[in-house]
Amino acid sequence: MPFGNTHNEMKMKYASEQEYPDLTKHNNHMAKILTPAMYERLRSKQTPSGFTLDDVIQTGIDNPGHPFIMTVGCVAGDEETYEVFKELLDPVIEDRHGGYKPSDKHKTDINAANLKGGDDLDPNYVLSSRVRTGRSVRGFCLPPHCSRGERRAVETLSIEALASLSGDLNGKYYALKNMTDAEQQQLIDDHFLFDKPVSPLLLASGMGRDWPDARGIWHNDNKTFLVWVNEEDHLRVISMQKGGNMKEVFNRFCTGLTKIETLFKERNHAFMWNEHLGYVLTCPSNLGTGLRAGVHVKLPNMSKNAKFEDVLKKLRLQKRGTGGVDTAAVGGVFDISNADRLGFSEVELVQMVVDGVKLLVDMEKRLEKGQSIDEIMPAQK
Amino acid sequence: MPFGNTHNNFKLNYKVEDEFPDLSKHNNHMAKLLTKEMYGKIRDKQTPSGFTVDDVIQTGVDNPGHPFIMTVGCVAGDEESYEVFKDLFDPVIADRHNGYKPTDKHKTDLNFENLKGGDDLDPNYVLSSRVRTGRSIKGFTLPPHNSRGERRGIEKLSVEALTSLDGEFKGKYYPLKSMTDAEQEQLINDHFLFDKPVSPLLTCAGMARDWPDGRGIMHNDNKTFLVWVNEEDHLRVISMQKGGNMREVFKRFCVGLQKIEEIFKKHNHGFMWNEHLGYILTCPSNLGTGLRGGVHVKLAKLSTHAKFDEILTRLRLQKRGTGGVDTASVGGVFDISNADRLGSSEVSQVQLVVDGVKLMVEMEKKLEKGEAIDSMIPAQK
Repeated sequence: MPFGNTHNEMKMKYASEQEYPDLTKHNNHMAKILTPAMYERLRSKQTPSGFTLDDVIQTGIDNPGHPFIMTVGCVAGDEETYEVFKELLDPVIEDRHGGYKPSDKHKTDINAANLKGGDDLDPNYVLSSRVRTGRSVRGFCLPPHCSRGERRAVETLSIEALASLSGDLNGKYYALKNMTDAEQQQLIDDHFLFDKPVSPLLLASGMGRDWPDARGIWHNDNKTFLVWVNEEDHLRVISMQKGGNMKEVFNRFCTGLTKIETLFKERNHAFMWNEHLGYVLTCPSNLGTGLRAGVHVKLPNMSKNAKFEDVLKKLRLQKRGTGGVDTAAVGGVFDISNADRLGFSEVELVQMVVDGVKLLVDMEKRLEKGQSIDEIMPAQK
Repeated sequence: MPFGNTHNNFKLNYKVEDEFPDLSKHNNHMAKLLTKEMYGKIRDKQTPSGFTVDDVIQTGVDNPGHPFIMTVGCVAGDEESYEVFKDLFDPVIADRHNGYKPTDKHKTDLNFENLKGGDDLDPNYVLSSRVRTGRSIKGFTLPPHNSRGERRGIEKLSVEALTSLDGEFKGKYYPLKSMTDAEQEQLINDHFLFDKPVSPLLTCAGMARDWPDGRGIMHNDNKTFLVWVNEEDHLRVISMQKGGNMREVFKRFCVGLQKIEEIFKKHNHGFMWNEHLGYILTCPSNLGTGLRGGVHVKLAKLSTHAKFDEILTRLRLQKRGTGGVDTASVGGVFDISNADRLGSSEVSQVQLVVDGVKLMVEMEKKLEKGEAIDSMIPAQK
């Protein structure tokens, strides 16, 4: 693949307008914001590891997008991408994250004790609760750009760190490339197994290279804490369980994450973080907390109500089908999660989910009884 | 995507064994031949445009292959790839092209008059005849590696050359990105339209980047001569018609190709060619002539005969389904074409098809009459 320094210099022989991508049919954040003048200013740059502007935007060129869904259309190849290409990425971040400015500071709070309530969502409606985030390991390039050597080093470090977890977090690592059939079946049944990405959004940015080398899944014996290694980010950390006790899920999430971070720091490979962007991840949409906290909740009446979308918006929540992003709801069961990632802390985002879902369930119960929900409509959070 | 010079130098921080791909489950020519020592020796090299060994082999790493079909597993990014990475390409070429040695010379013969016969294949059996090849344009890098500026440069030159053709070659160019629905429908009905590659063999090598920018189809008014621009090679040139007059198809092919080559030469962009490898193309399997001359032929009885595959091998022919490579035959109709590309000339390869198909049709007729074909089984060509 062609985008390193030497070929980038070769490209400089062509005028900027000859190299500028055709984005006329495109609908993603990158296409909205990139201009020929911006392209011209940035095209000669590269990060210390050699990531160039064309590397950043390739996925957005190859995937024009969808008239209704705004994809991001650009990725980072390393920590420095967000600095070297800030002229493009700052406006993309602002557009994606509700007007977040280059001068804004992001607050990190993974102190689970700061969450109020969250242990009493009605399990008749709230079927399961889950919190996930991503982490990037400093000193390595990100999945669109990393070499096999780097990816394997991330895996080795991860295995070491995870193997030293104990108690409720005692668990086992399953490397994708030498999983037995039995192990694979079990992981599928547990809904833990991740497969080679098929989404062209991911493949076009190079994240599928060398699959399944150095990819794997770790989970604890209780099957409530799960880590994906080298999928879309270096690490994806997931805490989940049946029912509505989001507080417990979040407790485990924060405890586990903090332990893992300590182990990585001890090995001189902290997580990528800065006070402006929070946790640095591959996709600009996941900057900040990288956190998606959500529930699978039965809302057959509420979801048919004319005010459903408006309520979600006011609560700063989003809906997905129960298969995750870009899937449809089945049997009135929705995946409801926080819409924000950056500019709010982890505690704040989970609080919005907890409070918002509680309200949605109250509304559902009212509608079941034929009552109106107008008096309990929320203000914009 | 990460494989240029800077990131390549970055990777040298990791030991060879840390970067060497895991090819233990792989079955392709590259995986058969690449050793850790070889990788260690060539991993710090790059072509003048910045193509590296990881660029060459990525498609073979990402596509382990099939137990029965041997894919090539490596591609060239420019003309110099075959020289800079000869440690790998020479053995791959020998393995793929019947022991072709680094010292061998390849003969080019596009003088259609040297073909004997070929105008009388029985149209009751031979439904259609077709000859295709590829051409690469000097001064540009190849589809796995080229930039948008280069690809558009190729398109511009090609449009100029192709739209200046006259007589039976007079035709029109249809860029993929601005095709009308009506044009698209017509091209599909004519079986001319090529679509964005879905084969991971191609997409993993980077050939689909920026689709459909710079891609298009030219065909003559008679719909017997067709050129694909910027698909898997810079140019794919196809001559085809119904029935069994392969001689006419080959004549049109040679005349058209030579006219096109002249125009490109005038612009100081001749075709990539050398006396060892013949015409230089993206995939090592297409080196030499890049030529596939074939027919769709009804061989309902012969194809079920125990010696069918043996006959094909002896005639130096291969069979495919009527959908092309990796498809099944339908209704006893097979695509029969030359198996060789390198080490024999265009004329001799088409001669093999003409003579071989003639023989097989005679065998088919005998089998229809319930007669034996044992005395007709040919010697190994």
